[in-house]
Formats: sequence, C-alpha cells, structure tokens
Amino acid sequence: MRRLPLLLLAVGAVIPLLVRSEYVIGTLTLIYFFAFVGQGWNILGGYAGQFSFGHALFFGIGAYTSSLLFVKAGLTPWVGMWCGAALAVLAGLLTGHLSFRFGLRGAYFALIMLAFAEIFRVAATNLDWVGGSFGILVPLRGHAPALFQFGDKRYFYYIILLMLAGATYGVRRLESSKLGYQMAAIRENESAAEGLGVNAYRVKLTAMALSAGLTARGGSFYAQYFSYVDPAIGFGPTNSIEILLRPIIGGAGTVWGPLLGSFLLGGLGEGTRGLVKSYAGVHLMIYGVILMAAVVFLPHGVMGWLRRRGVRG
Amino acid sequence: MSASVVLSSLANGVMLGGLYALVALGLTLIFGVMKIINFAHGALMMWAMYASFWLAKLGGVDPYLSLAVTLPVGFAAGYAIQRAVITPVLEAPEHNQLLMTLGLALFLENLALLAFKADPRTLLVSYSQASVSLGPILLSLPRLLAFAGALAVTLLLFLFLKFTDLGKALRAAAEERDGAALVGIPVRRVYAVAFGIGTACVTAAGAMAVPFFYVSPEVGNTLVITAFVVVVLGGMGSFAGALAGGLLVGVVESLGGLFVHGSLAQIGIFALFILVLLFKPSGLLGAPSA
Repeated sequence: MRRLPLLLLAVGAVIPLLVRSEYVIGTLTLIYFFAFVGQGWNILGGYAGQFSFGHALFFGIGAYTSSLLFVKAGLTPWVGMWCGAALAVLAGLLTGHLSFRFGLRGAYFALIMLAFAEIFRVAATNLDWVGGSFGILVPLRGHAPALFQFGDKRYFYYIILLMLAGATYGVRRLESSKLGYQMAAIRENESAAEGLGVNAYRVKLTAMALSAGLTARGGSFYAQYFSYVDPAIGFGPTNSIEILLRPIIGGAGTVWGPLLGSFLLGGLGEGTRGLVKSYAGVHLMIYGVILMAAVVFLPHGVMGWLRRRGVRG
Repeated sequence: MSASVVLSSLANGVMLGGLYALVALGLTLIFGVMKIINFAHGALMMWAMYASFWLAKLGGVDPYLSLAVTLPVGFAAGYAIQRAVITPVLEAPEHNQLLMTLGLALFLENLALLAFKADPRTLLVSYSQASVSLGPILLSLPRLLAFAGALAVTLLLFLFLKFTDLGKALRAAAEERDGAALVGIPVRRVYAVAFGIGTACVTAAGAMAVPFFYVSPEVGNTLVITAFVVVVLGGMGSFAGALAGGLLVGVVESLGGLFVHGSLAQIGIFALFILVLLFKPSGLLGAPSA
C-alpha cells in the first residue's frame, strides 16, 4: 500500500500517452481538479472538523486574482496563482480569526463562511473594474506556456495531475504530523483537546490558511483552463457546495476521500450527461440524492465504509 | 431625494420585510423544535411559488386562493420529508444534518430546473402593479397583502403554540425531547407536525410572493440566505425575533437601494449578519448565549 500513491501517479502520467480521446482527458482533468479543491476543503472540514459552506470565497479569490493580474498587468498566471493563494490565505486568516476568536462552531461557522463568500459574490457582481456580473474573459494568446496557456489540453491534464499529487502527498504528511493529530483532536472534542494543551485557535487558523491557499490555486487553475470566471462561478454558493461534495462522499478527513469522491461523482456525472443530453444541471440533482444517501448509509464516506471492511489506506 | 420617496421606500421595505419574516418563521420553528437548520427551506418555497404560479397561469386560480390547495399539500410534504429524510439523522452529528438538508435542497432545486428551465417567470395579476396611497406614501398592494399575511400567520402560530394541546406538545418536545417522550408525547410525530407547519409557512410565503416576485429555480437560494440572516438576527427559534429581523432586513434592503446601486445593499445585510453571528449569536432579541 505504501507504493500506491506512486503507482497511481504513474498510471495517471501514462494515460494521455495511451488514450487520445479529448473527452477522456477533459473528464479526467476535471476529476483531478475537483479532487484538488476537495483536498483543500478536506484540510479544514475533514481534518480539523470545521465545516465551511463558503469555500468558494477562496476559490474565487484565486480565480479572480490570477485573471485580473494577467488582464490588467500582464502578469503571468504562474505567478498570479501564488498571489491569489497569498490573498486567499490572508482572507482565511481574517475570517478564521473572527470566527474562531468568537467561538463560532458547527452550523454557525458554516453559515458565517457562506456569508463571507456571498459578500464577495455581490461585491464582484457590482464592481465594474473586476468585470461586474459578466466576469472576466482571459484573453487567449495561442500556445503560450509561459502564460499558462496551451494549444493542447493535455498540458492542463499534467499540471492538475501534479498539483493533485502534491496536495495528496502534503495531506498525507500532514495527517501523521503533530499538527494533523492536533487537528484530529479538535475535530473529535475541542474542549478535551484544549484541556490537553492544544491551542485550538492557532491550530484551526493554520488549517484555515493551508486550506484557503490550496483551494485558491484550484481557482486559478480553473480560470486558466476555461479562460473565464464570473461572480457565480467564482464565489457562488453552488460552487461552495461542489467543493465540499467530493471529500464528504469519499470520506472527509481521509487522504484518499477527495479523490475517491471525485471519481465517483465524476463518473456518475458523465454517465447521466449521456442520459439527459439537453440538460446540464441534472448531475446536481443526482448529487443531492447521493449526498442524502451517503449521510444515512455512509456517514464517514466511502473511505469509512472501506475501513470498516479492513482496508487500510 | 424627497421625503415622500424615502418614506415610501421605508414603508415598502417594511412590507417586503413581512415576506422575509414569513419565510424565516418556518425556518425558525423547525430550528426551535429540532435544532436543525433546514437548507432546503428555500427550495420548498420555490416549489410552492411554482405551484401557485402554474395554478394561476394554467388554472386561472388567484395566488391567494391557491393557498386552499397548496397549504395542505405543503404541510403534507413537510410531514413526509420529516419522516423520510430528517428522522434518520435526528441523532446524527450536526454537520450530517446540515448535509442532509443540503442534499434535499440540491435535489429539489435541480428537479425544478429540469422541469421548468432556468428562465425567471413573473405572474401578472390584475393587482400586481396596484398601489394604495397612505398620505404621501405609496404602498404596493401585493406587498401590503403579504405583510398582512405574515402578521396573521405569526399570530396564528403563536396562538396555536400557546393554547392548543398539539402546540403545547410541540413546545414540550422542543424544550426537552426525552422528558416529552416520557410523559407520552409521540415526539417523532410531533416533530413531523413541526416540519409540516414550517413548510406550510413557507408555502404561504410562496403564494403571497408570486404576485410581485419572479419565480425561478434559483429564487429559493436567494431567499433562504436572506431567511438565514433574518433568523440569526432575530435569534434562532424566536418568533418575535423572526418578525423583527424580517422587518429590519426588508428596510435595510429597501433604503439601501436608494443610496447604492444594484444589489450592493445586500452587502450591508450580510455584514450585519456576520456582526450578529460574532457578537450576539443568540440574536438581537434572543436570550444571552449560555
């Protein structure tokens, strides 16, 4: 099992060499992408147990920052992506400081994050210099690798594959680190963890910063991949829900949960798209049913179910 | 800007606030009784709006009269949802309860998208544009009716909880689940009744909104977030708070619309929401937090 991550990475790397279909590569790219932002949510929601219903906040900051810096200042999104991550970390520290200093937990924390994201959505909709309700079109420059633009979609596939591998490796390291154990302790019982000397405020804030930075880089990737972002795509509540669905279904607070969840939902989404061609949102309806079923039958996600059957991972 | 414009805007804000209060009322009732935040509340309202919309469009039934059909259906739907969807997670961790209602909301919203398509629809009834003048103030008639309806429903609900046996059982189950079960109250059925009433409230709100509010699969999303704001402002579980919070939000939105353009006024509401969550999570009218 220790070799599994490398094996998966190798398989992922070989796929585009064997499969020429743009459809398959595109579908896998999105599956990796959702696993990546899901991993971002997973650090805060899964490991530290702080359910955010507003992670679109960080996603949107990432997508808008890299796109705006490119459009307004000509800065390559390779750098813009890290600027976005830095801003998202700042936003995470600010919202986290407010929420955790004032002791918001559970549903209250979920709601305040939703409200923060909504403020950004409304602001982005009303501010013309960030594109207003139309959003931002990233101008295309042909095949320009230095500007994060490629003539061939397979480049995006490899980029997100590497990003996902890095995030998965990072979370794996985090899980067995002191910080990871402290996060788990807070998730299971915050008062008890504090009684044992864990600085819950600091640990939660660290989780928030890591989570925000990761999610923001996913947002930048998205904006480059689709060359477009608007307030609803970036900051909207539906995006917040999309971000948390995969880790929840796959297993929150596990290394492989986001990836597993993303493959399951991605597969289902593609399957149903074939059934109902005329309509693009039907996958969300099915996700709703899956979410309800998962809460009742798989309260710890697919990973929880696998673990009960003795699978280690 | 003349005084009468400001006054009219203020008054219309109060009227709109009545509608928000009615949406929040069902949410706060469900929370007060079961400590469950119902994310599907807005989606249920959206379905109620479509019901009244199509009854009017296809059957020529006035939205207010359609309540004779939609209210009982709404209650039954709520009752059934509680039994099928909420009961299995009553003992589950809070975040799983949230996810359950979130899943329900996703399902209902996208089912509507599938059935009715995304385009917003508006229903024009003979009194859609009608207004009542009150001295210098011009009041929109459908908003006035919605406001009156909200007050009436709040009052009815209050009387129901205060004086009827079922209402008392509901309050008992809210106060102390195990104790209520011990003295023979069928707690699960009472919970289902609470969810039914909560859904009926939002059904009423839906019907009253249709004459002056657009209908789209997303409208519930917009309204439920406002309803969260109202409920938190007024104090989770408090009826008077829902009414006061609804009016406050309605007025802020309406007056804000005079001074800033577009939907920017919403930022003020969300900021207020965040401040209340931080400094007084029990709400402006709620008891001090324990």
